[in-house]
Amino acid sequence: MSGMNKQGRPTSIAVGGSAARETFTGNRALQLEEALVFELDNPGACGVDLDEPTPFTARLGGFERQGRIGLPSVSEPEIVRHYVRLSAKNYSIDAGLYPLGSCTMKHNPRLNEKMARLPGIGDIHPLQPMKTVQGALELMDTLAHWLKELTGMPAVALSPKAGAHGELCGMMAIRAALIARGEDEARSRVLVPESAHGTNPATAALLGYKVESIPVTTEGRVDLAAFKATLGPDVAAIMLTNPNTCGLFERDIIDIADAVHEAGAYFYCDGANFNAIVGRVRPGDLGIDAMHINLHKTFSTPHGGGGPGAGPVVFSAALAPFAPRPYVVHGADGFRLVETAEDAKADGTTPFGRMTAFHGQMGMFVRALAYMMSHGSDGLRQVAEDAVLNANYVLASLKDDLSAPFEGPCMHEALFDDRFLKGTGVETLDFAKAMIDEGYHPMTMYFPLVVHGALLIEPTETESKQAVDLFIATLKDLARAAKSNDKERFTGAPYLSPRRRLDETAAARSPVLRWAPPAPKQAAE
Amino acid sequence: MSDIRFTDQHEWVRVDGDIATIGITDYAQEQLGDVVYVELPEIGKTIEAGDEAAVVESVKAASEVYTPVSGEVIDVNSDIEATPAGVNEDAMGDGWFVKLRMSDPAEFEKLMDENAYKEFVEGLH
Amino acid sequence: MRYLPLTETDRSEMLGVIGAKSVDELFRDVPERARLAGLVDLPRRQGEMEVDRALSKMAARNVSAGSVPFFVGAGAYRHHVPASVDHLIQRSEFLTSYTPYQPEITQGTLQYLFEFQTQVAMITGMDVANASMYDGSTGCGEAVLMAHRVTKRKKAVLSGTLHPQYAEVVKNLSDFADYELDVMPPALPGRPEDIAAHIADDTSCVVVQSPGFFGELVDLRPIAEAAHAKGALLIAVVPEIVSLGAVTPPGDMGADIVVGEGQSIGNGLNFGGPYVGLFATRQKFVRQMPGRLCGETVDADGKRGFVLTLSTREQHIRREKATSNICTNSGLCCLAFTIHMSLLGEEGYKRLARINHAAAVDLAERLSKVPGVEILNRAFFNEFTMRLPGSAADVVDALADKGVLGGVPVSRLLPGAGFDDLLIVASTEVNTDADRAAFAAALVEVL
Ligand SMILES: Cc1ncc(COP(=O)(O)O)c(C=O)c1O
Repeated sequence: MSGMNKQGRPTSIAVGGSAARETFTGNRALQLEEALVFELDNPGACGVDLDEPTPFTARLGGFERQGRIGLPSVSEPEIVRHYVRLSAKNYSIDAGLYPLGSCTMKHNPRLNEKMARLPGIGDIHPLQPMKTVQGALELMDTLAHWLKELTGMPAVALSPKAGAHGELCGMMAIRAALIARGEDEARSRVLVPESAHGTNPATAALLGYKVESIPVTTEGRVDLAAFKATLGPDVAAIMLTNPNTCGLFERDIIDIADAVHEAGAYFYCDGANFNAIVGRVRPGDLGIDAMHINLHKTFSTPHGGGGPGAGPVVFSAALAPFAPRPYVVHGADGFRLVETAEDAKADGTTPFGRMTAFHGQMGMFVRALAYMMSHGSDGLRQVAEDAVLNANYVLASLKDDLSAPFEGPCMHEALFDDRFLKGTGVETLDFAKAMIDEGYHPMTMYFPLVVHGALLIEPTETESKQAVDLFIATLKDLARAAKSNDKERFTGAPYLSPRRRLDETAAARSPVLRWAPPAPKQAAE
Repeated sequence: MSDIRFTDQHEWVRVDGDIATIGITDYAQEQLGDVVYVELPEIGKTIEAGDEAAVVESVKAASEVYTPVSGEVIDVNSDIEATPAGVNEDAMGDGWFVKLRMSDPAEFEKLMDENAYKEFVEGLH
Repeated sequence: MRYLPLTETDRSEMLGVIGAKSVDELFRDVPERARLAGLVDLPRRQGEMEVDRALSKMAARNVSAGSVPFFVGAGAYRHHVPASVDHLIQRSEFLTSYTPYQPEITQGTLQYLFEFQTQVAMITGMDVANASMYDGSTGCGEAVLMAHRVTKRKKAVLSGTLHPQYAEVVKNLSDFADYELDVMPPALPGRPEDIAAHIADDTSCVVVQSPGFFGELVDLRPIAEAAHAKGALLIAVVPEIVSLGAVTPPGDMGADIVVGEGQSIGNGLNFGGPYVGLFATRQKFVRQMPGRLCGETVDADGKRGFVLTLSTREQHIRREKATSNICTNSGLCCLAFTIHMSLLGEEGYKRLARINHAAAVDLAERLSKVPGVEILNRAFFNEFTMRLPGSAADVVDALADKGVLGGVPVSRLLPGAGFDDLLIVASTEVNTDADRAAFAAALVEVL
């Protein structure tokens, strides 16, 4: 045995107390504390190399900026490290299941990112001569074709910048149609189910409409009788989400559409949940007049921490003539954008106006089209089927552990309420925060408003069965813990995330919305 | 001699002569949670019973405070504007919102008295 | 399908748990006649290679800005974006996360939003900025609505310096939301507008762009004074945000709301979107602001952290009484802006602006020597307008045939308004001396 190294590494792990140990830096291994970029200021450093221009006579007309702006000076390696460290404090769909109901957090293919960065897509200017962007216009035209085919609607406006902007676009087209009919004055009400997303009433109100809430039945759907009773000659439109925000298909949707049209009003559909039916149901077959499609939901353009998105709007024949500028036409000399009122007049159309400068979210168009082409008609139908299957699997597996307010089948998301937490002292929020410690992003909470303490779970079609099984097992364990009085696991949660619960009351009572340099220290005297 | 009445929207009104002081009830502040902001009307403004008199906000909710009696705003509680927590601490007292010179004292008489309101709140559970 | 993990075995096992015979059963709430029996009439699935090939073919039919001498601006500008920006924004944790509604696990997003808000407030010279709007034009529309709320008035004055498409966005919103507008005619450089004469007792705001659509810098101070004297707000619009590295910020000239297009910093041209709307104002108006705001606070352990705050202004809480209907904004474009701005820093930002100004001054000098060309601007940043002896659209077309993208003919945005001979050109740090020489030479040839 001589010569053997007796200083072998111990193989048993010391137990106890290490989790709470304070560190000198405040870091905890891979969890690194990071200052604000302003606090990294190191005058003299710079993250770019730019040469001072050769002396010239400025022509700023006396508007030269004076004084310091306050931006920090930091080198490139430090900037890279700063933002990499910040990124490590985020949950992401690439890292795990992200079951936010209504948000459709599905896989974001990197092919789409690659396509968006082709110089012929990412590095072209919206006002270049049209003959130098024929491929871009073809791409927009192709996307328009896919959206029209998938929805069974004859026209589409691509320019809206997100879902809410699409709602605005659709409601403006409705108002333009009513103006054209001479009925704008007479129609001042917009009906919105109480389960609707906040953007719906906000949009209608922005256009000066009186928003009226329609009740939802105990089955989670629009109360058809109550709805018909509120319809009248003063109603401009209904804004309905389908599948709705309870994750259910509105069974009476065709009757609703018929009633709306009989009353001389229009049917706006919030298409945020199109993922559940893409390739299986065409909104055009349901009697819808306008619907936005969140490309950042159904067609997988990344959410990017809150945007950008895109919200193209499809229109029925009744509203198509009012669709806004710009739009692409295909003529003898190739593709052309109809941009101005004069162009439209020459083209013989009557667009209501313009939603935004330029032509919309090209960067999202190309990603969405790459996604659609990858799936094809067959793959997109499978998307809807697998999304619905995953959600129903969650609903069926958890309905006895959590509590479900409505009977299935659901569509692409499963809704639970907080009855299963009754008497436990644990609330929906606590339950969700405990999921963070288990490595999950919580589901959508307290929405829709029609269900008490709502928990809305949307697994999406890009989760494997193994992933969904582990998620289900985790929620079962949490539900069991909540019911067996393990209250602290919830009310103090999360314990293990980069930050614990944040004091939102303090943030709102005295808002600090920007960094300010620390007050200069009193000169020691 | 002051007298207090309540509404089913959880406002209270206390009357002293023709001056009405309006606030939100203890039940309301508890339901709202931490009050983070209040918006009060301009002094001198005339408001009708049922009009929005103020707004009270927590982190996750915003509620309008409706005046149950008509009149001219003669004072507002700038303390709770500066320190909204005051509403949580003493909703029925120092956490009052506005004072009105009532134009129709009969409106006051139609409101719930303390016992009726207590019963009303119990019925909500 | 490569993006769909469920196998046939998985699917049948799952249907078993659900207690359904087929997937069709799960769709039973769909009215019978709306159920599609077959596939929609579109191509079938394709592999990555095939999709790449098809889209690359479309891309190849476009003339990319980097491949030619390039001078197109008018609201979108080509700048050099450092390589690290695009690398960092593609990190999964940034790219594939949602709006930071769960602050414990989204501090990364929240902290860069706080940095973004601070940078925007600093460069515009304002107190506070929000966490972005969709773009400059929609931000401009929101600013006008906010001014109506603040002043409780209903009429906005739009200066002729405003980008025509921005003006159209505002007009569209005003038409449908029943607000009034006083739209002034396009303001050519050298013909100062008498905006003060348009401000009345019922004016809620005046909207002035600087650098203006035609490139001219505007003295905002007298306009701010005139507006404030009548209780109206000044909304300053800055479509080229690099300009604020060299030019007095609107906040120092009395603006009440500043709207900017942030594309120039960190973001590519992208054929018009996605871009990033900057929105800044005075502290006293913060509760009337549209959009998300990120604020500083502490967590349960007393550590500094960030949250979305003052959310009662927003649609998800206030619904029909919200200050705006905006939900999704331009998150990732904010990140690109913030990283690029951080790389630039105080010195880099100012120097970048000087280089841009120098590039435009040089171009103006070269082009003014071309026979028949008249430069209209006196004070400008990196963009100016020139009068040509003939149709600017034809000239731009002919230049394109010679491999130069030579600006935006005014008639493209304002057709039939008598501006057919006007051309707007921009020059930034990406143009070399050789590019500018090539432009001047090509212009001589086509004229
Ligand atoms: C049902 C519903 N409607 C509308 C929207 C608004 O869409 P966006 O965020 O794209 O503006 C959302 C997304 O949050 C939604 O879930």
